[in-house]
Amino acid sequence: MLNVVNLSCERDQRLLFDDLAFTAQPGDIIQVEGPNGAGKSTLLKILSGIYDEFEGNVEWDLEDYPLYLGHRPGVNDYLTVAENLAWLAQLHEQTLTQIEIDQILVEVGLHGYAEVPCSNLSEGQRKRVSLARFYVFTNRVWILDEPFSAIDAAGITSLESLIQRHADSGGLVLLTSHQPLRLSNVRQLRLNPLPLDHSPLEVER
Amino acid sequence: MLLATIHRTLRVSFRQPSELLNPLFFFVLVIALFPLGIGPSEKTLMLIAPGVIWVAALLATLLSMESLFRSDFDDGSLDQMLVSPQPLILVVTGKVIAHWLATSLPLVLVSPILGLMLSVDSAGIVAILISLMLGTPILSLLGAVGASLTVGLKKGGVLIALLIIPLYVPVLILGTSLIQTAQQGGDYTGQMLWMMALLALTAGTAPIATAGGIKVSLSR
Repeated sequence: MLNVVNLSCERDQRLLFDDLAFTAQPGDIIQVEGPNGAGKSTLLKILSGIYDEFEGNVEWDLEDYPLYLGHRPGVNDYLTVAENLAWLAQLHEQTLTQIEIDQILVEVGLHGYAEVPCSNLSEGQRKRVSLARFYVFTNRVWILDEPFSAIDAAGITSLESLIQRHADSGGLVLLTSHQPLRLSNVRQLRLNPLPLDHSPLEVER
Repeated sequence: MLLATIHRTLRVSFRQPSELLNPLFFFVLVIALFPLGIGPSEKTLMLIAPGVIWVAALLATLLSMESLFRSDFDDGSLDQMLVSPQPLILVVTGKVIAHWLATSLPLVLVSPILGLMLSVDSAGIVAILISLMLGTPILSLLGAVGASLTVGLKKGGVLIALLIIPLYVPVLILGTSLIQTAQQGGDYTGQMLWMMALLALTAGTAPIATAGGIKVSLSR
């Protein structure tokens, strides 16, 4: 489903990773690990096609686009929760009815917030708006950059089971997280800060 | 998708009226101050009117340009637009059209009154309307290219001006010369066709450059 070959990325004259190679199949959950500044977010941006400055090949075998959640949730402050979701759905050529929006807002714990402008929401709530997409959109690949940050304990549990369900039903999830995941079948991909003379990568099962 | 983008952008801008009114106030104030500074001589005012109106419109557009992609960049909406099946060019074009409707169209609509203040005759006022109607979309389209390249920078405003003003010069010259020709009772079809040609050219190329600029800005 995803085949990464010889991927190298240099940022601010620092080699983030060099000769990175891995593959991913439907059903995989891949956790990208590494200390701050190791290039985890950059790797996820490269895989989603946002970040262009790299060498090597990223080959996707996909009919639709990945669903991406970054540090910035993609939620406009001046639009209401429902308007933001409707727009994000349109971007992925999916339609959400009012009833569906109300249902997913219940799922992410924002029941009754549909008509509230997002400038009135807390950071965690804004993240939940963006996460709401993952409950309804049909995209098979999810790319999640720090999905658990700013989310409370109950939200984390619900998100973990969502990720597990998605992988079990044949989806692919790539994510970064600094906290231990309570998920089964997770593969770790470790990005180490590069020593100058030696290959940086270990992929382990 | 084009319509959806226009709709969304207009909605966002109408919810922050100050952003919307700033360029309009700037335009009106600059033009209203000129007769006070120069004196009420009709002859002088008529002479400077085309240049004053056009320079004010140009600077007002330039001022509003910085915010075109700013909020979408800061909140991550641009990332979402990129990671989607929608062509970025389409989204960009929608944003520019909405921006023009929200900030430049009001300038065009108040320009006849400002023309009267500068004692422009009726033929001149028609010419002002035509030249701004054709010219301001070019300004918005070109400004978007600058905005896309500087959106990732902390203080992009001055840089946009430096990048874009040279490209604005031909439009400025054509626009003012169109009005001047009309004031002298001449036939300004030539300038009009040139402006249409420029509009067609920028409408075809600027969105491609803007989409490219956004990709560059996001890869920093």
